[in-house]
Amino acid sequence: MTEVTQPALTIDALGKKCPIPIIMLAAQINHVPLNAVVAVLADDPAAYTDVPAWCRLKSHRHVGSYELPEGGWAIHVRRNY
Amino acid sequence: MSLVAYFDAASSEPLHPQAREALLAAIDVGWADPARLYGQARRARLLLEQARTEVAEALGARPDEVSFTSSGTQAVHLGVLGTLHGRRRVGRHLVTTAVEHSSVLHAGGVHERDGGTVETVGVDLTGRVDLDRFAEAVARPGTALACLQTANHEVGTLQPVAEAAAACRANGVPLLVDAAQTAGRMPVPSGWSVLAASAHKWGGPAGVGVLVVRKGTRFRSFLPEDERERRRVPGFENVPGIVAAAAALRAMAAEASQEQARLAELVGKIRETVPKIVPDVEVIGDPDERAPHIVTFSCLYVEGEALLTELDKAGFAVSSGSSCTASTLRPSHVLEAMGVLTHGNVRVSLPRGASAVEVDRFLAALPEVVRRIRQDAGVA
Repeated sequence: MTEVTQPALTIDALGKKCPIPIIMLAAQINHVPLNAVVAVLADDPAAYTDVPAWCRLKSHRHVGSYELPEGGWAIHVRRNY
Repeated sequence: MSLVAYFDAASSEPLHPQAREALLAAIDVGWADPARLYGQARRARLLLEQARTEVAEALGARPDEVSFTSSGTQAVHLGVLGTLHGRRRVGRHLVTTAVEHSSVLHAGGVHERDGGTVETVGVDLTGRVDLDRFAEAVARPGTALACLQTANHEVGTLQPVAEAAAACRANGVPLLVDAAQTAGRMPVPSGWSVLAASAHKWGGPAGVGVLVVRKGTRFRSFLPEDERERRRVPGFENVPGIVAAAAALRAMAAEASQEQARLAELVGKIRETVPKIVPDVEVIGDPDERAPHIVTFSCLYVEGEALLTELDKAGFAVSSGSSCTASTLRPSHVLEAMGVLTHGNVRVSLPRGASAVEVDRFLAALPEVVRRIRQDAGVA
């Protein structure tokens, strides 16, 4: 079991429809140091697929998606460059 | 009136001129009940059986294996549930894939609510089914039916039907092939036991689907008894529509090798050009193993509905798998299963006769449309 890295930044995109969570992530990923983790909180089902797909397209790393007790996910992304 | 380039053939192909001609003629002479025993009835029956023979020939089947339905969706529903019903003593397990048309998945839902089981096999990033897992799934004892599309309706990727059929055959499991996207455009792959297709996708009229059940495949309609269409499809046949559907299929198939190759080239041009002229875009689906007329791409940071609205204003009729467009809350199950972007999605599907000029006009208009939407959304 690996520990979940504490995110250096949490983006609250709850209640926001895609592509807004992705736009917020793209705008803020460079606000954290290299190799730090950004958590995107989202409850649009599209975000569950789109954040990992964005990581693949942008060569960042999708660390994992964790269900939130109130619904939605905390989707963790590691800044690669 | 503005000139609109119609690029949504995967939703519906415009009526083929030969289908229109046949429809108008058949409306006048093919209205009587083909099951009766007088002159007008005989004429309707003759038209119906002639159409059946033509459709059978085009799909590589025998005429007595072909039944006409009221839509492709109905053909799938009856095909899935009728085969499951016919084989219920063998077992109640259904194998399907995560990217099948919703008609297949919803028929599976009915089967599940009725106490049956469903296994949904996943796909890779191009949308192609995991063949090893599919073969494992159909080998499971109690499997009554497996379903696989010829090509995916949202991204155009061809499925390995022949290989899947071989795995089914090895286990004595019938394979239902959903040929809606390729019938009339490409030869039907061999090895299927049940086949479903839809006439308005090959240039026939709306209101006609085809259900083909191979001789020797156990099949029993789950609907109230009716004598029409070899007891497989209830209700009075739409003879004029069926005649027109057969005329369209014959005409489409006759031109297919040339016309579909031409469309495949235009699709290739779109696939190649879009990533060069629009930043942050992903062309999805298999680049080579694909239906000739479909190309799909997703634009990052762009809302699908905004994209379709702007393209409509600019004179392009296209479709999208992005959630907001379908007035459903969920994104496209196909894009989700592939793990590709579900927003900013555009499907271009070229009808017969789509011109290079129209495609060039689309490629000229697209970058500015995307740029404007991104700018309005505050994306640099």
